[in-house]
Amino acid sequence: MTTLTGATVTGGANGPAAVGHNAGRRRNRWFAQVGWRHLVGVLGVLFSLFPLVFVVSAALNPLGTLSSTELVPTGGVSLENFGDLFARTEFANWFLNSLLIAGGASFASVFLSALAAYAFSRMRFQGRRVGLLSLLLIQMFPQFLAIVAIFLIFGTITDLWPAIGFNTPWGLLLLYMGGALGVNTWLMKGFFDTLPRELDESATVDGASHAQVFFRILLPLVAPILAVTGLLAFINTINEFLMASVFLTDTDAKTLAVGMRGMLQGGERNTNFGIFAAGTLLTAIPTVLVFQFLQRFIVSGLTSGAVKG
Amino acid sequence: MSAPLSGPGPAQQVPGRGPVRTGSPRTSRTARNHAPITAAGLAAKVILLGLVAGIAIWAAFPLVEAEKWVGLVVLALTTAALFYLYLGRRHVPAKYLVPGTLFLIAFQIVPVLYTASTAFTNFGDGHRGSKDDAIVAIQSSSVKQVPGSAQYPLSVATKGDPATGALVFLITDPETGAVSVGDSEGLRPLDPGAATIAPGGKVTAADGYTVLNFGQASARSKDITDLVVPTAGGALRSSGLSRAYEGKAVRAYDRGCDCVKDSDSGKTWTADSALGAFVSADGERLAQGWKVNVGLSNFTRVLTDERISGPFLGTLIWNFAFAIGSTGGTFILGMLIALALHSPRMRGTNLYRMLLILPYAMPSFAMLLVWRDMFNTDFGLINNLFGLSVDWFGQDWSARAAVILVQLWLGYPYMFLVATGALQAIPRELTEASSVDGASPWQSFKAVTLPLLLVALSPLLISSFAFNFNNFNAIYLTTEGAPFPADNSSNGATDLLITYTYRLAFGGQAAQFGFAAAISLFIFAIVAVVSAISFRRTRQQEEVYA
Repeated sequence: MTTLTGATVTGGANGPAAVGHNAGRRRNRWFAQVGWRHLVGVLGVLFSLFPLVFVVSAALNPLGTLSSTELVPTGGVSLENFGDLFARTEFANWFLNSLLIAGGASFASVFLSALAAYAFSRMRFQGRRVGLLSLLLIQMFPQFLAIVAIFLIFGTITDLWPAIGFNTPWGLLLLYMGGALGVNTWLMKGFFDTLPRELDESATVDGASHAQVFFRILLPLVAPILAVTGLLAFINTINEFLMASVFLTDTDAKTLAVGMRGMLQGGERNTNFGIFAAGTLLTAIPTVLVFQFLQRFIVSGLTSGAVKG
Repeated sequence: MSAPLSGPGPAQQVPGRGPVRTGSPRTSRTARNHAPITAAGLAAKVILLGLVAGIAIWAAFPLVEAEKWVGLVVLALTTAALFYLYLGRRHVPAKYLVPGTLFLIAFQIVPVLYTASTAFTNFGDGHRGSKDDAIVAIQSSSVKQVPGSAQYPLSVATKGDPATGALVFLITDPETGAVSVGDSEGLRPLDPGAATIAPGGKVTAADGYTVLNFGQASARSKDITDLVVPTAGGALRSSGLSRAYEGKAVRAYDRGCDCVKDSDSGKTWTADSALGAFVSADGERLAQGWKVNVGLSNFTRVLTDERISGPFLGTLIWNFAFAIGSTGGTFILGMLIALALHSPRMRGTNLYRMLLILPYAMPSFAMLLVWRDMFNTDFGLINNLFGLSVDWFGQDWSARAAVILVQLWLGYPYMFLVATGALQAIPRELTEASSVDGASPWQSFKAVTLPLLLVALSPLLISSFAFNFNNFNAIYLTTEGAPFPADNSSNGATDLLITYTYRLAFGGQAAQFGFAAAISLFIFAIVAVVSAISFRRTRQQEEVYA
């Protein structure tokens, strides 16, 4: 196809007399075929980047207030905000809490739904169809809609077992795992369905147990997809605010989302903006890096679940 | 934010449509029975089951202590079932389904059922417990200081955060020096030696509690005034921040007339079991009521109560507009850019893609807050850049436009990614064939590319719609529902149903858990119906284009 379009372009330049004229036409044609694409791309990049430039500028702004922050830092730069962030807030604690909760919840939820997806994809049993359909239905009732009931239930749990109650990472972790099956099982089942059944059948004939088929054969094959699913679950959990804000009220038990929102509440809103921006950048660095690294898998992961099934 | 990775994706994979293998389980089960038991497998089984037993024992003690026998039975049965399942060789599918299902039942299905049952009660502030609890609360809140009331040195303490944790009173008996802990449930003695007592009797430190200093205590003086500790002869209340008195209850419950009598004024309030409150002859209700079943009244209130139904309809319409606008907007923008970059002659697509998806990789909660401050009237970037002084979140339409713009920014990289993936899956021959047949680029896009894209992406569009329909963060972290009409502080112009529900249950005003639960069910019904209809339509579409 490239040769086809290439031929038309060279075909347009015929005769030395028309060179100047042709250059203009060629530029027009270049714009019609390629140039506008770059224009759209650049506009898109500008739209994507300007809030991020603003965040970087705010994080480096030595005054650290919202009102003194401009799109491009003109009043010099300093790393003061990063120091203040750790000195004045519990940012390090929040960061660790978030990593623990999001890391634990995404790992466990991917594992639990992989187990269930294996059963749904490879085994035939009574209630399979009902099970799959009810998962679809349950998923439409997002967990946080039941927030009132969750709040009341965990009130009792806090009384009985304070170790997994309010203001502990473990309680929130358990809660997030409750939403695991509903969210990822269908997607995972799609991935398992794309693997040929002959693989595990031949292993079974060779004497492998169902657990060996799962752990030794299927799991390694879907590992890249598991990583992507886990990453997206991780990001969704980091960003989860509603349940975390009801759960975690002690300053040092908070997650990043709950704690950093607190920085921008009330009278401190203007003055804290610099350290808030610094915190945003620190939160973003790991996810952005992994994202760029896994980008290719993300595209295929998101669509293969949906397109091929 | 864009849609999470929620997976109604392979809608075409509804069971029954896939290749179904029948008749083999019995043979394969016998085959599996011959599989040897490996050492690693056995060790893993022993460790995991030991862990289960350990957790069960750990969880059982508090249940016994609190005499929660039903809970104990459930715990014992669950543990026994787990042992039966994993020690035996049968029920292979269940072995894989049970771990996730247990969490699903405990933390999703039970809360959902609980929500459904709460929706039919008047549960909320003023209607929390049983009738007896309400009577105790009425009696103890009517406590007044009478001449000769006993006075005690008081310290205020908490087990949690000094600014937000639940408060307790630490009271020293001036005669014996014994320290007691009091909260709204009553007074319990504290172990001797667990507390440090200053001269004058005030407790300065106690094991397991944080004693509030003067500044912290005065910041919470309202909570301290409201805390009433019931005692045998009446109740303890604070008088200032460092003294407590034991007063006498003015109001008392009379079982004979099922009413509450005020001994000062002689007024009576009779119990009304339909309302769950004590009501006087002139219609005055006591604030402390109890939880009763109110049938469908939480649901009919949405339709009949004029203060609710009008704003509610507005919220509902805006909720749909927001979800459609966010999903449609991000899809169109993402698809446009994906189409623009999808050309064999384009150079640098990787660089473009890397920069374009940055908003998707940023923590969205933080970026929502950044956007909120960019729209700030006084210091915000947008007003600064354009030299404006618009109060963006102050007017209905500018606030709505602003939140949709923010959603567009957060969500379009996701749509760009998935549209790129789907475009790459469309065979180029199809568009080439149509251009050979003389179709303009626009015609071939409309007739070939777009339908194929829609078929591939509609499951994602549906789940993105369902996600945005309940996109709590998008509103709560930016406008918080503002602007609010002057006469209604519970329902603002950018409120979604979910933020409205949250405010009903956890907002500053009296919590209305029952009503909030009813609205949750309402949201569920809407999302379920919309998803069901669109899934059905997707499947028809597939049959047309496939």
